[in-house]
Amino acid sequence: MSKNFVEFIIDGKKCMSEEGKYIIDAAKDNGVYIPTLCNIEGLKPKGACRICSVLVNGRPMTACTTPVTSGMEIENNIAQIEGIRKTIIEALFVEGNHFCPSCEKSGSCELQALAYKYKMLVPRFPFMFPIREVDASNPKLIKDHNRCILCKRCIRGIRDENDRSYFAFKKRGHEVEININHEMANKMTDRLARESMDICPVGALLIKESGFRTPIGQRKYDHLPIGSDIEK
Amino acid sequence: MNDPVINIIEKYNKDYTRLMDILIDVQDEAGCVNEDAVHKIADAIGISVVDVEQTLSFYHFFSSEPRGKYTVYLNNSAVAIMMGRDMIAGAFEQEAGCSFNSVTGDGLIGLFDTACIGMNDQEPAAIINNEIFPRLTTKKVRQIVKGMREGRPVEELRGNDFGDGANSHELVRSLVRNNIKRKGPVLEDGYKVGSVIREHLTNMSPREVIKTIKKSNIRGRGGAGFPTGMKWDFCRRAEGDQKYIFCNADEGEPGTFKDRVILTEAPGLIIEGMVIAAYAVGASEGLLYVRHEYKYLVKYLNKVMDEMRAGNLLGKNIAGIDGFDFDVRIQLGAGAYVCGEESALIESAEGKRGEPRDRPPFPVQKGYLEKPTVVNNVETLCLAVKILKNGAAWFRDQGTEDSTGTKILSVSGDCREAGVYEVTWGFTVNDVLKTVDAEQVQAVQVGGPSGALIGPDEFDRVLCYSDLSTGGSIMIFDENRDLLKDVVLNFMEFFIEESCGSCSTCRILPVLMKQKMEKILEGHGTEQDIKDIKEWARPLEHSRCGLGHTAANPILTSIKNLRNLYERKVKKDVEFDTGFDLHKAIREGSDAVGRIPIAH
Ligand SMILES: Cc1cc2nc3c(=O)[nH]c(=O)nc-3n(C[C@H](O)[C@H](O)[C@H](O)COP(=O)(O)O)c2cc1C
Ligand code: SF4
Ligand code: SF4
Ligand code: FES
Repeated sequence: MSKNFVEFIIDGKKCMSEEGKYIIDAAKDNGVYIPTLCNIEGLKPKGACRICSVLVNGRPMTACTTPVTSGMEIENNIAQIEGIRKTIIEALFVEGNHFCPSCEKSGSCELQALAYKYKMLVPRFPFMFPIREVDASNPKLIKDHNRCILCKRCIRGIRDENDRSYFAFKKRGHEVEININHEMANKMTDRLARESMDICPVGALLIKESGFRTPIGQRKYDHLPIGSDIEK
Repeated sequence: MNDPVINIIEKYNKDYTRLMDILIDVQDEAGCVNEDAVHKIADAIGISVVDVEQTLSFYHFFSSEPRGKYTVYLNNSAVAIMMGRDMIAGAFEQEAGCSFNSVTGDGLIGLFDTACIGMNDQEPAAIINNEIFPRLTTKKVRQIVKGMREGRPVEELRGNDFGDGANSHELVRSLVRNNIKRKGPVLEDGYKVGSVIREHLTNMSPREVIKTIKKSNIRGRGGAGFPTGMKWDFCRRAEGDQKYIFCNADEGEPGTFKDRVILTEAPGLIIEGMVIAAYAVGASEGLLYVRHEYKYLVKYLNKVMDEMRAGNLLGKNIAGIDGFDFDVRIQLGAGAYVCGEESALIESAEGKRGEPRDRPPFPVQKGYLEKPTVVNNVETLCLAVKILKNGAAWFRDQGTEDSTGTKILSVSGDCREAGVYEVTWGFTVNDVLKTVDAEQVQAVQVGGPSGALIGPDEFDRVLCYSDLSTGGSIMIFDENRDLLKDVVLNFMEFFIEESCGSCSTCRILPVLMKQKMEKILEGHGTEQDIKDIKEWARPLEHSRCGLGHTAANPILTSIKNLRNLYERKVKKDVEFDTGFDLHKAIREGSDAVGRIPIAH
């Protein structure tokens, strides 16, 4: 199949990409970083975190779910959009209980990395300090709901051979939480347990006993800000 | 096999997409869907238990624990409260001996809150075991609970004071009243269902149908106002071996009840509209999605469809049009406002959580089961029939330039003539107030909580898509109402309760805004808080669906249009107030040790 290339514009910069690629990937091909939290390469996007919001021809759209089309004008790195993103990060921080200094994921956490990127000192919102469950009943995994940002990555990415879910949402609205199929998770392979931990952008899914291999200080975002590998 | 749960699952062919029906039937049969049932369902369908639980836990009328032999769902939306809901709630609690959102110790009676049940013109109203109990009084409550204690069937508790029209039909038998105050093309008498199919559709090509609908300039009556002809045309052009017509009868916007009246008095017209849409786009299956609150109408609706089948108005070669096959089934919801959003409606009809989809693709491209799907409001479909009957020009001649035709309003609140009014677009708010006999009006909520709260200096504004656009919900508040507390806060709670929870923005920000609102109402607000609250609403525009987009509207429109209400509440002499109440914070501790604090 021959590929169709289209031209589009991000913040005034002329870009080119395959038609039908999601904006997020098309931007990446052109050295433009658009922040993401719920998106992960290889999985069907689910527009949950709204961090990747851009303006497409003046209208708010999520870059992870919207395919590029010819002539699209995308606004990404503008004050209005960056302001929205910072607000969302802050809202996510107050929604849960995020004590970064004591979190196993510190340094590899995408939420923390974005908070640094957006120079969040303290959220503008009052903390909600919700009472949330830590579920360590599973032999391999700990689910710390205090840290979950409900990105659905685990739901989409961790499936069994019959495409059945280990994880799913439960309840709705402000009460949504991640529900684990314990029968299935009890039989989870070590590999899948580690994949679960790795797919989680924050420290809400941890494998028991071994924890993380890389010491704090040498982790992904300890030295280079998030997105710096993409930005040209 | 004699396991009722297994029987139900088999009745729906173990089909995942029928999970809603399975859960509804199990809930009805057993009073809840317990862990055992969840496992049976998951095993039979071949899905993970968490995938059953995600749907189960999403909908208000499902429960994993028993909710009582008699389950009372009492409306707690703004107008219900204005009409005396709290007194009714108190009476229920006293008589039943349990508080709301719990079940009596003996498991006999469960009391639960619920969002607007589409009876705003006859509140306070409750749903008890799928029967509607409108216009409740404390005396009636005492009788009802007494009857429960005696173990009487719910029909007996309800009595026989049936409402007008089809409400008294033997398959409906409900106390609900239509309160039709003004009739127009949808609710007019004397139309013979099927005559447009027989006399017009048989002489038209699908293209001609779409052309006529386009020419009429009709736009969707469900709230969003998308041009109907264009929608049908997109769907007709979309590729797909199978296409679907969905009628949206989820009617969840607080304050609207006109679709309930249409379902009661003109169900054949709705189905006829679906047939016409199907013919126009080339669809062979239809689905009428009815909110769970209107379950009492389902038997009747099915009978109407059976009659249409018998009359060759549904089924194969409809009205003798060779090869035109189309049939409709009813899908019940289970209590979720967001399912009225068209893509959430589709998800729900597929047996899933009512989470809206990201667009593109739009339902007309990829809808139900990934196939092109038209979703239209009840009223839109009815009007389409009359447009074919009377011609596009007839329709265009009514209303305004950008808003052609008629609109059915559901009017409730402080007025003498609450009910349903079929008017032409271009009606002003003042016209409405005069027509429904409302006096000393402080404010009007146009378009439900997602619309706007406006004050008297804007009552000359016009109902139309370019000014005050509305799905038809109009709620009136007189001068005695505490708007911020009883209306704005109530609506914010509604959105918080009804968010699907998918988007960070819509899940979190309305909660924070509501807290800020409470701070202001408690007298701890400052000018800065008003500014903050407006600023905090901005990311909502980046949510996935209309619920998130409009979730801050109760606050934003009241700040914009009735700012003095806020000015009166906020402190003028300070720039900042933490909102911290020392006395409140130490009250519990003081009470425990029996000391009166001297805290400053
Ligand atoms: C949160 C939300 C709830 C909605 N509820 C309804 C509803 O109850 N009934 C309805 O017809 N449209 C509702 N809509 C609008 C639908 O998404 C859709 O636009 C409409 O059904 C299309 O039909 P129409 O073009 O005939 O109006 C809702 C939209 C949102 C965002
Ligand atoms: S557990 Fe982790 S991956 Fe799963 S939804 Fe929560 S934050 Fe996302
Ligand atoms: S805006 Fe709200 S209701 Fe709509 S998809 Fe997002 S979270 Fe769900
Ligand atoms: S990355 Fe696009 S919405 Fe989360």
